[in-house]
Amino acid sequence: MSEIAAHWNYYLVIILMMLGFYAVIARGNMVKKMVGLNIFQTSVFMLYISVGKINGGTAPILTGDPASVYSNPLPHVLILTAIVVGVATTAVGYALIIRIYESYGTIEDDELAVLIDSDEDACERANTEPA
Amino acid sequence: MMMQHLPILQVILPLLAAPFAALASRRHWAWHLTLVATAGAFAISLLLLATILRTGTPIIYDLGGWPAPIGIVYVIDSASAFVLPVVSGIGFIATLAARHLVIAEIDARDHPLFFAAWLLTLAGMLGQVTTGDAFNIFVFLEISSLSGYALVAMGAGRDRRALPAAFNYLILGTVGATFYVIGLGLLYMLTGTLNLADLSVRLADVENLRPAYVALAFIALGLFLKMALFPLHLWLAPAYSHAPSAVTALMAATATKVSVYVLIRILFGVFGFEFPYMTQAVGGLLLTLGLLGAFVGTFAAIVETDLKRLFAQSSIAQLGYMAIGLGIMTSAGIAASFIHLFNHALMKGALFLALGVIAAQTTHLSLHTIKGAGRQIPMTMTAILLGGLALIGVPLTAGFISKLYLIRALIDSGLWAIAAVTFVSSALALVYVWKIVEHAWFTERPENAPVLTETPGQWAQAWILVLATIGFGIYAGPLVEAAFGAAQVFGPDIIQATQTIEGLQIIEGLEGQE
Amino acid sequence: MQDDPVIRVVTKVLIPAIMLFALYVQFHGDYGPGGGFQAGVIFAAALVLNAVVFGLHRARQVWPMRYNLMGVSAGVLLYGGTGVWSMLAGANYLDYFALKADPKAAQHLGILLVEFGVGLTVASVMVALFFAFAGRLTHIRLVAKTAAHEAADTEASRAGDTA
Repeated sequence: MSEIAAHWNYYLVIILMMLGFYAVIARGNMVKKMVGLNIFQTSVFMLYISVGKINGGTAPILTGDPASVYSNPLPHVLILTAIVVGVATTAVGYALIIRIYESYGTIEDDELAVLIDSDEDACERANTEPA
Repeated sequence: MMMQHLPILQVILPLLAAPFAALASRRHWAWHLTLVATAGAFAISLLLLATILRTGTPIIYDLGGWPAPIGIVYVIDSASAFVLPVVSGIGFIATLAARHLVIAEIDARDHPLFFAAWLLTLAGMLGQVTTGDAFNIFVFLEISSLSGYALVAMGAGRDRRALPAAFNYLILGTVGATFYVIGLGLLYMLTGTLNLADLSVRLADVENLRPAYVALAFIALGLFLKMALFPLHLWLAPAYSHAPSAVTALMAATATKVSVYVLIRILFGVFGFEFPYMTQAVGGLLLTLGLLGAFVGTFAAIVETDLKRLFAQSSIAQLGYMAIGLGIMTSAGIAASFIHLFNHALMKGALFLALGVIAAQTTHLSLHTIKGAGRQIPMTMTAILLGGLALIGVPLTAGFISKLYLIRALIDSGLWAIAAVTFVSSALALVYVWKIVEHAWFTERPENAPVLTETPGQWAQAWILVLATIGFGIYAGPLVEAAFGAAQVFGPDIIQATQTIEGLQIIEGLEGQE
Repeated sequence: MQDDPVIRVVTKVLIPAIMLFALYVQFHGDYGPGGGFQAGVIFAAALVLNAVVFGLHRARQVWPMRYNLMGVSAGVLLYGGTGVWSMLAGANYLDYFALKADPKAAQHLGILLVEFGVGLTVASVMVALFFAFAGRLTHIRLVAKTAAHEAADTEASRAGDTA
């Protein structure tokens, strides 16, 4: 039990990770997929950040006091970069969703699959019987 | 004075050219700028390769003057110097072709942004190869992927299916990259470092801890997704077939190859052959999935009628061969993968650039479109034929060299059955190449079909790559030597040296027969 | 929201304060917590607030779309240019020590330029994203509305036919 309590951050991260990943895989709605992807990424951010934390540690600012304990700033910097990457990914994803909605009129995976199939059929027909 | 800065210039030249391209007020300026930047990057990579081949010692560049492991370092060794010219060279030739392809396929207003994304993709891929920092690889991976999604989606002007294809690519690509970061986080927890060389040293102390195994699993899975290894390949065919032709040529020839390189770097450069589970679990997985991928990709290509998708499916098969090479877990196997990585980039670049000539003139690019096209556009169709022959692995093409070394590496490790199956599956490629030959040369062109045209300015770029394919097929010595040198970075075993010599003798024998 | 005097007045007071705070976070970043990423987002928040309260049209007059592309490019070039400068000064890429003789002043100048580049890019990207998505929103609403109208029209005509 104390094992679990000592590593609660990992359990939290794993739960969050699986929630997000499940949403990416199981949801047919593209917006929900993106939300799942964001949760998935956030869980990784929390994994890094919680690893960098030291009990009783402060912000890593040089004070001149050699006894001061501070948290590891490197994971923070890495995750700052990863967050920016995540924002960019989210923006590109939603931009694509909007364009898909504009040209197909739906953002549901199964409805979209039908429309894509009909596109393929149209191509097929155009090829076999050229106008 | 600038010579010492070549490793960083390799990456920042395309990276800093991108904002200028985005600001270009006339669309031609964007292309000219891109051409200059990619030509510069190609020249730099050739200089780096020449330096490495001459001196043999890795070039290490400390970013910001901070040495490793505190700072980020860029490392040019035999392996990265081998891959850099592949990426930048294909980038340069694809840019040459992009002029007519992009004018035909992309709205003129979008040209500056298209070329900005194009340069960013290239910079991201070059960065992944150059950097010696594991997190930096992730950042460059995302730079190249994000601009890649945008480039694929730009195919929507002609074919709206590019949008869902780009979206699926985005979802799977991001999941892959995030898996890589999870694995990296676990490694960082275990070792406290992100420098690749430092990681491999420190990992030796903790390699029996379970988080290290989990890290290996996450990183390998993430990179399998990125390199489109069966069964994680489903994003590849739609993305390649609906993207603009120039983008398909660039990405098919380089994007997955760079992921293969990163996989090699992490698997063998960081974890190493000695790592627990490496030979049995990872090696077995790579062999199995590689073989399955080779068959699934080949069969999918055989039944496919859409030409772009046909060659995208064959890419999956070819990536399978690279995975088999890695799965052998010997230096000879890695060298075979490096050779195939190089040759496949040439072949697929040539094929997709040649297909682009036809795609720019028709809306649907299928077997019916090229019925009887062999007489109308002979140069383009011959380029496709020669590229296809190289895919099969016909002697005197570069594909033969790849298959030769792959099968030799398999036989040397006693994997006779896999060698035989690999041979069979590459011979099956003949079926889909024959389909194209049959439609292009042995079928009458339907009377109402549109007339296809070609000009030297259109097929020349594809032919550069075709000639390179044949050139390296006939005179493969330097290529084989460089590939074995690249593999030497990762493996300590000695057999490779003798094999190189034997391999060169085989090549010389072939040359003598002519 | 444009009709509510309280919101309008509060926003007018807040926007300069937000922008000032963004600049504080930006230029204090080399001594304390702060930096380009945060400052860029805060600065963009001021423009987004402007757009939310006074309408996208007004915000685009204040900050035309082409500023975004220029801002993004200028930021990247400032970052990269700092590196090139240190390279020209004879040191490695992004080695700030080469920028000035005094090492402390050199580090200061280097990080200031780089962070300003980051801030400029982040602010422009954020505003560009908001403008792009918000602009599409009205477009999408319009598409949806016409589609709904057409559907209603056909319904009505069908009802007319049966009657």
